[in-house]
Amino acid sequence: MPPAYRLPFEKPILELEATLAELEAAPGSEVEVRDKIRKTRVELSRLKREIFEKLEPWEVVQVARHPERPHSSDYLELVFDEFVELHGDRAFGDDPAILTGFAKLEDRKVMFVGQQKGRTMKDRAATLNAMPHPEGYRKALHRMQMAAKYRLPIICFIDTPGAYPGIGAEERGQAYQIAFNLREMSRIGTPIVCIVIGEGGSGGALGIGIGDYIAMLQHSYYSVISPEGCAGILWKDSKYKDRAARALKFTSGDLKRLGVIDEIIQEPLGGAHRDHRQTAVILKGRLMQIVRDLSSYPIDRLLERRYDKFRRIGVFEELPPVVGGNGDNRDSAAETA
Amino acid sequence: MSSVEKPEVQASPRPRRKRGVPEGLWMRCEGCGATVFKKKIDEHMGVCTEAGCNYHFYVPAMKRIEQLLDQDSFEEWHTELSSLDPLGFVDRRPYPERLREEQARTGLKEACIVGRGYLRGRPLVCAVTDSAFIMGSMGSVVGEKLTRSIEQATRLLLPLVIVSGSGGGARMHEGILSLMQMGKVCAALGRYHDAGGLFVSVLTNPTMGGVAASFASLGDIIFAEPKALVGFAGPRVVKATVKAELPEGFQTSEFMLAHGFIDRIVSRPQLRTEIARVIDYCVR
Repeated sequence: MPPAYRLPFEKPILELEATLAELEAAPGSEVEVRDKIRKTRVELSRLKREIFEKLEPWEVVQVARHPERPHSSDYLELVFDEFVELHGDRAFGDDPAILTGFAKLEDRKVMFVGQQKGRTMKDRAATLNAMPHPEGYRKALHRMQMAAKYRLPIICFIDTPGAYPGIGAEERGQAYQIAFNLREMSRIGTPIVCIVIGEGGSGGALGIGIGDYIAMLQHSYYSVISPEGCAGILWKDSKYKDRAARALKFTSGDLKRLGVIDEIIQEPLGGAHRDHRQTAVILKGRLMQIVRDLSSYPIDRLLERRYDKFRRIGVFEELPPVVGGNGDNRDSAAETA
Repeated sequence: MSSVEKPEVQASPRPRRKRGVPEGLWMRCEGCGATVFKKKIDEHMGVCTEAGCNYHFYVPAMKRIEQLLDQDSFEEWHTELSSLDPLGFVDRRPYPERLREEQARTGLKEACIVGRGYLRGRPLVCAVTDSAFIMGSMGSVVGEKLTRSIEQATRLLLPLVIVSGSGGGARMHEGILSLMQMGKVCAALGRYHDAGGLFVSVLTNPTMGGVAASFASLGDIIFAEPKALVGFAGPRVVKATVKAELPEGFQTSEFMLAHGFIDRIVSRPQLRTEIARVIDYCVR
């Protein structure tokens, strides 16, 4: 089924998909037609591969934001066998931009924390397109701390343009709550798996993004700032977003190269929005493996690993200290990612 | 309320007038608009002496350390760390070029200075970020320097004081690596916290974005200088999002105090006394 929302660079694919649909709908089954269908299918695969292998960074953003791309709620249906939603942060409210609750991954019980965009206009208005408020981050942390109490592994799905930049969010301590989550997630005593499923928007993503294993779906992005925001500041005009997108190096391939993520999870040919079911199958397989692997560590070892994982991130130069120079150089080994 | 109207600026590609106290005998106070005698302001730690003004001018990181710590007690750490260009980042200028310019302009090697020293005889670890250096933004070097200092404070069981001045948050020019420094520094603060360390965070104008959303907000005690811009999203971004006028005094120290995120607003000349007092309450 071709997606209704069209990305400009997908045009050749969509045209060919339409041709294929026409051929398949045609009555009769002459050898000639069947042959043509087969050839068209081969051509379609080739085209999808060609286009999606060479997406420009700005095009990756467009795929990551595709309205038909699977969201947390879709994966809850397709990957997990049960979801017992738990609402609210016990302090202010229930932010629909972050879904939390018990879930079953086959027979393994886990805690699910996922940023949720919503499919309908109404849902998107409620979640503000998955831009959480402080209460959303508080809700997430509350559930994660409970998960640690019962030794449930935590699965975080990241999909946000960023934490909501509004008046209420500032009044209720957006900065503090994200900071607090970063500190607390670094020492929650249960395995945490973070998957960027779409948009990894800055601090809003990182606020549920500290874990033992960090992966990205192939066509997602994870960035310190949105390409529009970066273009507005450095190029003085958000229309240079494609240039900013190139400069920021935020695709899954970039992050893997920079040593920030552990894994790129492949999407079906032509992107996750083309095939929710297949994406879910791939994702589920990887999640089960990752959770199984992480569960084998004793907690103190797990926390050591988690600390070291973030500790070593950073690229800098370290010149030898001046003789007789200052400083406590006990840990002066160059640590570059 | 000039600080509120200040746009959320990060590194500006245009050469810009040097921030803070300009050369010359006289200068204009951004708080009260009066023309004030520079020497007098300098003698008053960069605080306007006009009646009822109390405007806090920018002070460079080294000057801040002089003001805060006992004379000649500061021992700077990790000066050997310097920034690279891991992304090959070019906006309207290459990042290495921008770094060299910022270094020449500010006399700093990076946006933060760390080390140990004494405050009224009390030993402590101290870090200061300087908002003049690429808006005080945190890239790999700032993250690494802070993390090492926090780890050293943990080992040495010393109180930690971090003075933040950063309108830039996480540094765009180092992309995702900058974002991850937030996690790195916060994790180090988690261990420091577990070890029972006292962390006093001092917020100065401006403390925004990824700096506010990481170490700056995690102090056991959080002080802020009066009328500093403090918040997560820049006021321009908030205004564009909500499409409405922002409340009076939005994202100032006073606003953050009223909403419960700052313990005390402290004028610069009182900082030493206030920090020493907190240390005496908390440190055995």
